Amino acid sequence: MTDLSQSSGPAATDLNQSQFLIFSLGDEEYAIDILKVQEIRGYENVTRIANAPAFIKGVTNLRGVIVPIVDLRLRFALENAEYNSQTVVIVVNVGQRVIGIVVDSVSDVMALLPEQIKPAPEFGATLSADYLSGLGSVGDRMLVLVDIERLLTSEEMALVEQVSDGH
Amino acid sequence: MDIQDFSDTFFEEAEELLADMEGHLLALDPAVPDIEQLNAIFRAAHSIKGGAGTFGFEALQRTTHIFENLLDHARRGELNLRGEIIDAFLATKDELSDQLAAYRNGTTPDQAAFEQACHVLNSIADQEIGDGQKTSGTSVPEGSAATQPSSQASQAMQSLMVTLKNVSEQDRSLLIEELGQLGDIVEQHSDAGQCRVILATTEGADAIEAVMCFIVEPEQVSIAPVASTTPPSVDKASIAGKAPATDTLSAKKASPPPVRPAKAKSTQENGSIRVAVDKVDQIINLVGELIITQSMLDQTVSELQGSEHAALLSGMSLLQRNARDLQEAVMSIRMVPMDYVFSRFPRLVRDLAGKLGKQIELVTEGESTELDKSLTERIIDPLTHLVRNSLDHGIELPDTRVAAGKPTTGRLTLSAQHQGGNILIEVIDDGAGLNRERILAKANENGLNVSDAMSDEEVWQLIFAPGFSTAAEISDVSGRGVGMDVVKRNIQAMGGHVEILSRPGQGTTTRIVLPLTLAILDGMSVKVGAEMFILPLSTVIESLQPTHQDLYTMAGDDLVLRVREEYLPVVALHETLDVANACHQPTESIAVIVQGEGRRYALLVDDLVGQQQVVVKNLETNYRRVPGISAATILGDGSVALILDIADLHRLHQRKRRDACSVLTDGAQQLSSSGHPTTESTSEILTTTAEDMTP
Repeated sequence: MTDLSQSSGPAATDLNQSQFLIFSLGDEEYAIDILKVQEIRGYENVTRIANAPAFIKGVTNLRGVIVPIVDLRLRFALENAEYNSQTVVIVVNVGQRVIGIVVDSVSDVMALLPEQIKPAPEFGATLSADYLSGLGSVGDRMLVLVDIERLLTSEEMALVEQVSDGH
Repeated sequence: MDIQDFSDTFFEEAEELLADMEGHLLALDPAVPDIEQLNAIFRAAHSIKGGAGTFGFEALQRTTHIFENLLDHARRGELNLRGEIIDAFLATKDELSDQLAAYRNGTTPDQAAFEQACHVLNSIADQEIGDGQKTSGTSVPEGSAATQPSSQASQAMQSLMVTLKNVSEQDRSLLIEELGQLGDIVEQHSDAGQCRVILATTEGADAIEAVMCFIVEPEQVSIAPVASTTPPSVDKASIAGKAPATDTLSAKKASPPPVRPAKAKSTQENGSIRVAVDKVDQIINLVGELIITQSMLDQTVSELQGSEHAALLSGMSLLQRNARDLQEAVMSIRMVPMDYVFSRFPRLVRDLAGKLGKQIELVTEGESTELDKSLTERIIDPLTHLVRNSLDHGIELPDTRVAAGKPTTGRLTLSAQHQGGNILIEVIDDGAGLNRERILAKANENGLNVSDAMSDEEVWQLIFAPGFSTAAEISDVSGRGVGMDVVKRNIQAMGGHVEILSRPGQGTTTRIVLPLTLAILDGMSVKVGAEMFILPLSTVIESLQPTHQDLYTMAGDDLVLRVREEYLPVVALHETLDVANACHQPTESIAVIVQGEGRRYALLVDDLVGQQQVVVKNLETNYRRVPGISAATILGDGSVALILDIADLHRLHQRKRRDACSVLTDGAQQLSSSGHPTTESTSEILTTTAEDMTP
């Protein structure tokens, strides 16, 4: 468990820049707003939920709180979604909820200036541009900036009960 | 300690006193009042007055003062109690609660309400107390009224010796200051252990004690009348003429000691502290964590062997037992009996019945059913509304009831019970029932989509539509406040739903079904494949191993199990919840006979693991509702187990079956339409939609 909110580093002096947690899914690098991240832990002890989409791995006990676990690798249709001792769960706070997302690894925390963030192109089929806040470019790396809140509360994620659901 | 701490204590004690007072007032029979109850009401008013004086809550002090005088007359038999007078007393109690609430919030009570309350009490005093009796009781205060116009003291000036034992220096000076406000301090001695004050006062000994009790324990104070020393400040002439009256009063004052121990005892019994609910929740969570840590340690330790670890092993088993006891104790904190809710209704029913001119008997059942505190608090408002509705629209006037061949006294039943992992709260009246035609007509008027072909259940659900109120329904009793749509919304917000059963002429039953969210559940853990599930024990009837002879198939592959001449549908848990590596042979599985929402079936599982109490954790906090699952819990090893929703599991089973069926028989639908399964599944669709509409 790492407390990331403390590791803001010296670069935090510039008010315009935002900090991102960088993680990888397969060969791709993604970034989410660091302020949404509660903690990082290993993947263990997940109880399967029947009749849920495949990318919802189930629920786990996070210090007495029942937290759903979503595998973003399955959601983004990546092959090779393996679970081993290196598999990482990023626990994020979105809205009033706590949700865990499974990723291959967490690499670092990075500050991005507004000019480093480019608009995301309209093309994604598995990942609609609605859920992206842009593409970050750092040297020759491309970071996909995910609006994690919008993604996880979206209807297609089936994580949050929609009002139209009828329940 | 500062004055704020004292006033907090006062507010809490005063609230308890007022609640006691109300209970006694309601139980009081005006024809033959129980003297002990009158005494108890008097003492409550008296203690509040004392405290109010101490903290300078003038309106409260004055109201209780007048109230107390009246009560004093009543307990001496000089005031003949009647229903209206008790009503007035109850109204006074409400006014006192309001005043108390105002002071607690740091504001001044409503002046008009205060004056009104005083006026009502004074007019009772003027009209009801007979002239002949009046002289003996009130002549002395009339004499002293000239010197003390603000307080209509009912008791004569007298000297009291107040002895304080083992009181700290700081409290002592505070107490003496308080005494100074109650009367004139004539003499004062103090040494290390105790402090004696001789006080000339018009207050009674118990009033002084009541004030003291907010600061010190009752045992630390003793108060005794001083016979010889008459305070110099008193105008002897004014008393001399009325000496006989003074004597009767002081004789009376000597009698309080027998009642005082009873009072001290009741405060001890009610001893409680108020704690914020989130603090309790935090403790529950922490204890849960502790239990998990303990079982982890236990696992590690169990691998150790040999005598050198004997002390560690015995320590571990002690830890285990203590941790379990702790968990049980902590969990019980949150649970309160339904009595907590039901006890508010006798008053409401009494008042409303009086106002509506109806005769109503209130019956409560299942008061000891335990419910989570936060749910009991949230259920009060909806329940109040339903009770008001039943009284106003349900139960008829006595004449109408007689004409309908019913007893004049209507019966309103409030009941609570645990059923099928839910808590069932019912409001049952034996009134006229709902009027189908009027509801339909009103719904039409409101532009709702209705037809005469709708079933009764659907029609009853219409009254939950927003803004739905038939013109005949508006009255000052239930026309105000929340509507039925708000009732429904509140209950839904708690994760429950409302059902209405009504038969014309026989009455209406409104049933609130609350899920066990937050509650603690007695569960049976079962294993399917490698997965563990919890069955609410309340839904389990029995379990058995099915044999070939008792299993029958119906329409191909629908299984039924014969249990003592009853055929039960079979639901295989592994199939409904897609569990891998489960036992597929019914005869090698265990059939658990379960019942939910009146439906009974056999649930096939691989293994029964055991029974345990589990804390119900809401799945919807961070996730969503899952079909067939009511909630989750955390097992001893820290993993999550899902709690099955028996009724919903059956629906899920039917749905899956249907889906599978429609894939298979896509084109051949017509062929099987005459068969039994289809008719069954059609009726299933209907019930499912009806139930889906309800939550």
